[in-house]
Amino acid sequence: MRWIEKQRNILDFTLGSLLRRRGKSLALLIVYSLVIFMLASVIFFTHAIKKEAAVVLEGAPEMIVQRLIAGRHDLIPKSYADTIREIKGVYAVNGRLWGYYYDPTNGANYTLMVDSDLNDTAGSIVIGKGVARNLPGDNYGAIPLKASDGSYLFLKVGGILPAESELVSADLILMSEKDFRLMFGIPDEYVTDITLQVRNPKEYTTVATKISQLLPDSRPILKEEILRTYDAVFDWRAGILIVILLGSILAFLILAWDRSAGLSVEEKHETGILKALGWETSDILLMKFWEGVAISLTSFLVGILAAYVHVFFFASGLFEPVLKGWSVLYPEFRLTPFIDGYQVATLFLLTVVPFTIATIIPAWRTATIDPDTMMRT
Amino acid sequence: MLVNPPILALLIFSALASAMLLYSCVYGIRIIKGWDIKSGSEYQLSLERRTYLISTIINYVFVFQLLSFFVFIYTADQLHTVFAGAMCAAGTLNLNEWGYRTVLLKFLTCVFSGVWLLINYVDNRGYDYPLIKKKYGLLLLIAPFALIEGVVQGLYFFGLEPDVITSCCGTLFTSENEGITAGIVSLPRLLVQGAFFGTLALTVLLGIAHLRRRILRGYPFALSSIAASAASAVAFMSVICLFFYESPLHHCPFCVLQKGYGYIGYPIYFSFLAAAVSGPAIAVLDPLNRIESLKTVVPSVRKRLIWLTLGAHSLFAGITIYEMIFSKFQLQ
Amino acid sequence: MIELKDVRKVYNAGKPSEFVALDGIDLSLEAGRVTVLKGPSGSGKTTLLSLLGCMARPTAGRIHVFGREITSLPERFLTEVRRKTFGFIFQQFQLIKGMTAIENVMIPAYPSGERRAELKARAEKLLEMLNLSHRAEANAEWLSGGEAQRVAIARALINNPAVIIADEPTAHLDTKLAREFMEIIENLNGGGMTVLIASHDPLIHESPGVDHVVTLKDGRIVSQGAFQCS
Repeated sequence: MRWIEKQRNILDFTLGSLLRRRGKSLALLIVYSLVIFMLASVIFFTHAIKKEAAVVLEGAPEMIVQRLIAGRHDLIPKSYADTIREIKGVYAVNGRLWGYYYDPTNGANYTLMVDSDLNDTAGSIVIGKGVARNLPGDNYGAIPLKASDGSYLFLKVGGILPAESELVSADLILMSEKDFRLMFGIPDEYVTDITLQVRNPKEYTTVATKISQLLPDSRPILKEEILRTYDAVFDWRAGILIVILLGSILAFLILAWDRSAGLSVEEKHETGILKALGWETSDILLMKFWEGVAISLTSFLVGILAAYVHVFFFASGLFEPVLKGWSVLYPEFRLTPFIDGYQVATLFLLTVVPFTIATIIPAWRTATIDPDTMMRT
Repeated sequence: MLVNPPILALLIFSALASAMLLYSCVYGIRIIKGWDIKSGSEYQLSLERRTYLISTIINYVFVFQLLSFFVFIYTADQLHTVFAGAMCAAGTLNLNEWGYRTVLLKFLTCVFSGVWLLINYVDNRGYDYPLIKKKYGLLLLIAPFALIEGVVQGLYFFGLEPDVITSCCGTLFTSENEGITAGIVSLPRLLVQGAFFGTLALTVLLGIAHLRRRILRGYPFALSSIAASAASAVAFMSVICLFFYESPLHHCPFCVLQKGYGYIGYPIYFSFLAAAVSGPAIAVLDPLNRIESLKTVVPSVRKRLIWLTLGAHSLFAGITIYEMIFSKFQLQ
Repeated sequence: MIELKDVRKVYNAGKPSEFVALDGIDLSLEAGRVTVLKGPSGSGKTTLLSLLGCMARPTAGRIHVFGREITSLPERFLTEVRRKTFGFIFQQFQLIKGMTAIENVMIPAYPSGERRAELKARAEKLLEMLNLSHRAEANAEWLSGGEAQRVAIARALINNPAVIIADEPTAHLDTKLAREFMEIIENLNGGGMTVLIASHDPLIHESPGVDHVVTLKDGRIVSQGAFQCS
């Protein structure tokens, strides 16, 4: 087909032309790839961590009931669990004991939680990797924790939580109920919150409403709501980062415009020759189109590949702090690589589309050089 | 206000597209006022050069607008996790009054720019640019759609509030609800299927008749194709999607775009859009055959469009009929 | 074959820098003849060449090429006419550096969508005809003056034009190469090619192959007629 052959011929010429101007093309390619790299890193990271949060929260309870006093989270009486158990469709109602502990020696906040498996081994704890990293030496021995009455509890490290769970467990210390109540001085009738399951998943909202009615000082929280919050927070952070990066995108667009518009004498000359030899304006525009495709495609691939490696092998060293959130204890974990067409399409809209639009007018100016300029030089 | 990468991308693109279209309109007005193909003045030559720019701009805007249409729907779908009650794009779009309007405006912008590009293509092949003034007059009518779409999209995104509870498609697309969608969903199934297959068959027959030169004018085929597009849309929401979802009550047109259904929604939407653009385009072409300089151009373009329309309708029918036959769901 | 009626070309019309390049041009070029345009710098030779070669549109007047009026043809059609009818040889040849000789020859035919293999075969044949096969893969900047000249001629012939237009083809050549050039032109003309040359080289004016000489001054034709010995 004539049309296909024409595209091939012009593409061939375009690639040759780009190679003849290697230096100029390379500069643009590098900047373009860099811009795509930065945006892709943000997008890949956000997407992957949202997925990670969802995966991790899979094991979390569907509903938690807390008690609020004067708008603040307070201890909840065990008797509330009995009331909740009576609601139709509810099962697996359990009290949880957990809290925060601030370690002044390293400024870290630990999460202390009761694991019923440890109830027979009071004095022994299981810690997360982040906690372990903050302890001196390899043999962890016993950790001194300051109790609410000012005395110190020496708890022996019996084990370390596996790396796979690091995202949620990095700062975790699991202990027996006895040690926990001793640490924080919590009376036997109280727990921190109550977890429950509902047989029919569609009924969670109804059950939550019933609990609010039966126990007016309680606050039911759905796992679904937590996920939504995580999504919104990560999305928001990514969005803000991109807004900040808009400055560099703009600079890149100006560079693209400048490079397209500021043709060297040689480039103008070459286009003049083509026009004089019988290439029409639309043929030159076609050439410019293929030029754009070649540059965009190359930069896109390079940028995405670099971002992929950056996010999934180097844990996004450049953007981590902003995207993950501030904390002294960073869980070290590898994000599961995950890219889909949607992310690629978003990247395309953010980079290739503005680039193309920025180069339309300069390309057109070149293409509309008078064919008889060759005669007049 | 939600700020995430896809939303930013869509807003930035709309802003850029609007700017380019406004720019095109400015020159469009100049062309309408000052064009004279017989003149060899430099002003005329500069106007002729400018038409290349505007064609290029609209070409790009059209292609990117198509992409943004799908990204918008996908974004609405992805956002459903953030809003209570939303299970898919249907719920997210229902969060404020601007959601569905944005979808409609994006769709219309795609269709109008597609038709404009076709007229442009035909006009460029006439040795005296016979349609130039009408073409740019049309551009002045189309551009506002794109501009308004950008504004409405912005209003939609800026108006998204996570605290608002919305409805899931299960309640939006039922006969108990009010509005057009309820009307569509409660139409008698036999009638809907009859209309769907009937208009499709008619379109194919008229297309073949035209390609074999039994019919010369394009109007019959074009009208039939438009009717088939309308019937397809109604049939899809009313009957066909039930086979995809294997449920007698699930009428949502958006869930089919999700991963759970193998993203089959995309080829369905794509083929529907292609037919929606090419059908009316053929109707627009017919009167142009009277123009001297286009007499050799119109027939060949029309022929290619008919093939495209037939192909698009076939793809849509193929996917949907396959599902209707092989789905585990059976209509009573 | 090519007819100009009362053609006028004005640049920067309506501005202080308005310049009338050509005025009241009536000219008829017959097929199969070698026509030379002569005149001093600024006489309008180049502009006339542009108009004859469908590279520009006249401000006023009419132009017919092979019976078809091309005066108000839009660029798309004008370019097609130009590509199919004319082959151009420019002053200083204007080959694209960094491309080989054969690639330079093929360029004018790229937009017509011909299969590359066929195009290449045709280009090779042309280079062979001009004794340049051995230099087909040499880059343009490494060609000698005479070789570049012949590549430019091959390039002008790639689309099988009816007319060759040459603008000051011998301006940068020595006498020997200039004579060689005219020999090639005369050979082409012998094969039926129409040739149009703008030049102020007396060697060309006095060449026996020239059929028709048109003299320009200040944008007007001052004399035209069959070649006469001066």
